[in-house]
Amino acid sequence: MLYFSKLKILFIYVVILFLSYFSISNFLYEGFKPFNKEINLGLDLQGGSYLLLEVDTSPIVLQKIQTKFTSIKKFFRENDIKFSNIKIQDRSIYFEIEEISKDKFISEFTKKKDNQINTYFEKYKEFEFLYEIDENEVLISFSKFGIIEIKNVSIVQSLEIVRRRIDELGTNEPNILIRGNERILVELPGLDDPTRVKNLLGKTANLTFRFITDVDSSDFGSEKMLFEDSGEEAIVSKRIVLSGDNLIDAQPRMDTQTNQTVVTFTMDRLGAKKFGRATTKGVGKRLAIILDNKIISAPVIREPIVGGNGQISGNFTFQSATDLALLLRSGALPAPLSIIEERTVGPDLGKDSIDAGTIALIIGFSLVIIFMFIKYRTFGLIANFALIVNLFLLAGVLTIFEATLTLPGIAGIILTVGMAVDANVLIYERIKEEMKIEKNNIIAFDSGYRKAQTAVLDANITTLIAATILFFLGSGPVKGFAITLGIGIITTLFSVYYFARHLTSFYVLKNKDKEISI
Amino acid sequence: MLNTPSNIKFINYFKIFNLLSALLILFSIISIIYKGLNFGIDFKGGTLIELRVESSEIRINDIRSSFLKMNLGDVSVKKFGEENDYLVKFENTGQKSKIENIKNELLNDLGNNFSFRRVENVGPKVSKELLRSGLIAICLSLSAMLFYIWIRFEWQFSLGAIIALIHDVIITMGFFSVLEFEINLSIVAALLTIVGYSMNDTVVIFDRVRENLRKYSSKDINEISNLSINETLSRTIITSSTTLFALLSIFFFGGEILNGFSFAMILGVIFGTYSSIFIANPILIFLKVNQDSFLKNK
Repeated sequence: MLYFSKLKILFIYVVILFLSYFSISNFLYEGFKPFNKEINLGLDLQGGSYLLLEVDTSPIVLQKIQTKFTSIKKFFRENDIKFSNIKIQDRSIYFEIEEISKDKFISEFTKKKDNQINTYFEKYKEFEFLYEIDENEVLISFSKFGIIEIKNVSIVQSLEIVRRRIDELGTNEPNILIRGNERILVELPGLDDPTRVKNLLGKTANLTFRFITDVDSSDFGSEKMLFEDSGEEAIVSKRIVLSGDNLIDAQPRMDTQTNQTVVTFTMDRLGAKKFGRATTKGVGKRLAIILDNKIISAPVIREPIVGGNGQISGNFTFQSATDLALLLRSGALPAPLSIIEERTVGPDLGKDSIDAGTIALIIGFSLVIIFMFIKYRTFGLIANFALIVNLFLLAGVLTIFEATLTLPGIAGIILTVGMAVDANVLIYERIKEEMKIEKNNIIAFDSGYRKAQTAVLDANITTLIAATILFFLGSGPVKGFAITLGIGIITTLFSVYYFARHLTSFYVLKNKDKEISI
Repeated sequence: MLNTPSNIKFINYFKIFNLLSALLILFSIISIIYKGLNFGIDFKGGTLIELRVESSEIRINDIRSSFLKMNLGDVSVKKFGEENDYLVKFENTGQKSKIENIKNELLNDLGNNFSFRRVENVGPKVSKELLRSGLIAICLSLSAMLFYIWIRFEWQFSLGAIIALIHDVIITMGFFSVLEFEINLSIVAALLTIVGYSMNDTVVIFDRVRENLRKYSSKDINEISNLSINETLSRTIITSSTTLFALLSIFFFGGEILNGFSFAMILGVIFGTYSSIFIANPILIFLKVNQDSFLKNK
């Protein structure tokens, strides 16, 4: 165990220098870095906001069922399937089927993989819809995978919209990720007040333009709605003149005539055509501008608007006009989002945490180093060297992987310092025992290393198991702890079994005939 | 003491310490059941605000009464670390309690003399999931350890080690219950690390027991266990000391946020070291481990 070939020694030093270089590069100025790699600071250390959003897919499921409703009716007629009493019930479609059509319905709707209406998902081996049949009553509803597919589609769309909205705000390096199939994680480093972001993400931003009618609301073609600021009621037609999908730009403006803040918008060609036609016919009527089921304003159309440009007035402050324009530019969310977890750390707390962590590290490190030196003298020095090298290796590996350092992560490093000397202690204690029965230094050291090996490995693997489980099941800052603890174990094994052993062997071979005290 | 090989008759103390452990576990379980655990917002859901006031005029009662006016339900206001830092916690109420509204109310009552250093809000769904994944993590790590030791040693060792681990985890939780310390995500991390550390300690002694069983064919498990504990004792003490040095420096200097974590770890290291000697070993004796237990291997 004490023999090292030249090549092996070279290998040890190359690894140490290589990783140390990376760990030192964290402290170099931008221009001096040949590799652009750094340890990232977690939100708890640099300050910032963490938001977990959940997409509420139930409205989308209902909406999908409504669209399917029409196409299913059409499909049945085309395929000569006789049905009656069709209606939407909860989130399913209910109808009664005539006896003669039963077999045809089952074969066309639920057996054919290439049918036009009930998509077959090759990857799940399952249809989009399931059916229940009882005598002549049939209930069609989404299968488990049909729902999953809806969720998958809407989460991707939502992610895109969330990203656009946050990009528009111009925050510093946001991190936006999908978690599972109904959640979006948003990390905003450096943001200490997420109120505005939360307000922007909390809106679906479903914009429609519809005429106000005077017809009674019991009519199918219209519904009651409230004005955003006055709370007054108005009856609006269900027919949509123009929706937010047709907008290509929106900007806050100051209307020089009225001295009011307004939002101007530009429509795409199709939208401009539709809007032009509707406003030509509707001169004199009131056109309601509706955002998320609330009327912002309902101006009277004085003349046809054909140029593809328009403006929305309302009781806007400059801030709210800016936000509305931003929402309109980035588009509507397919479903409402709710914030189910929020963690915000102010920058000064982050800095205090870094300071406290650093002090704890320095003190813990010094205590361990002094203790080891007093206990083992020369070999304590070797163990301490190994410990310092270990820290460089750990920081180097974290840099290469661009890992995120959190406050619990710093605790993981300090804990690694305390536990890292264990491997050397195990070995030294073993060598002590061996030296009692073996007078030859080289043999005693050699068998000490050999016999301690299983204990060292077993002891470290158990901690590594705990760290791995924590890594996969832990969240956020705790994950950072698992990372430093886990990598710390691996660098410890390297620094003890290669570097410290190499130094020990150097010392023992030099003093092989003298008395060595350990 | 650390330099001379020790020859302490550990086995003579097994009975008394086993009784002590049994009592501690009993008390811990009683406390956990009747007094309960003080779950933080990570596991219970709710809102946490770490508040710093810049004026010494403002007292804890001012903050408390200002929050009570807002009808947020059960609000707790506590001092947190530094002189002017406070931790405010309240449960999720039906209506969405908006942080900005709270900020405005506080501005009215306290003036512009405070800042929010940290705001956390965990919804009920998320907190349930976090609790579940925390429990899964602990159970999973215990079974992974059980399995690992079973493969590396024999089933008797595996059982002894696992009982020692459960002992450590229960007693640590018991302390948290009695002292009403908060259980949050970082405590789960601490418990998992305790599991790893305690295992580490037990494995080192077991490794020696196995070796001595092979070496001395005439000694019985009582003798072997005692010998192995003594042979590894100085290592046990040195390693737990350096680990405790590291943990104590986190506890005293690492800031308020890491307090609970380092406290749990300190308890865990103390009980983990103790249980490797006084719990894991008596179980080997109880299960009558002997030289034959390994014959089939080598």
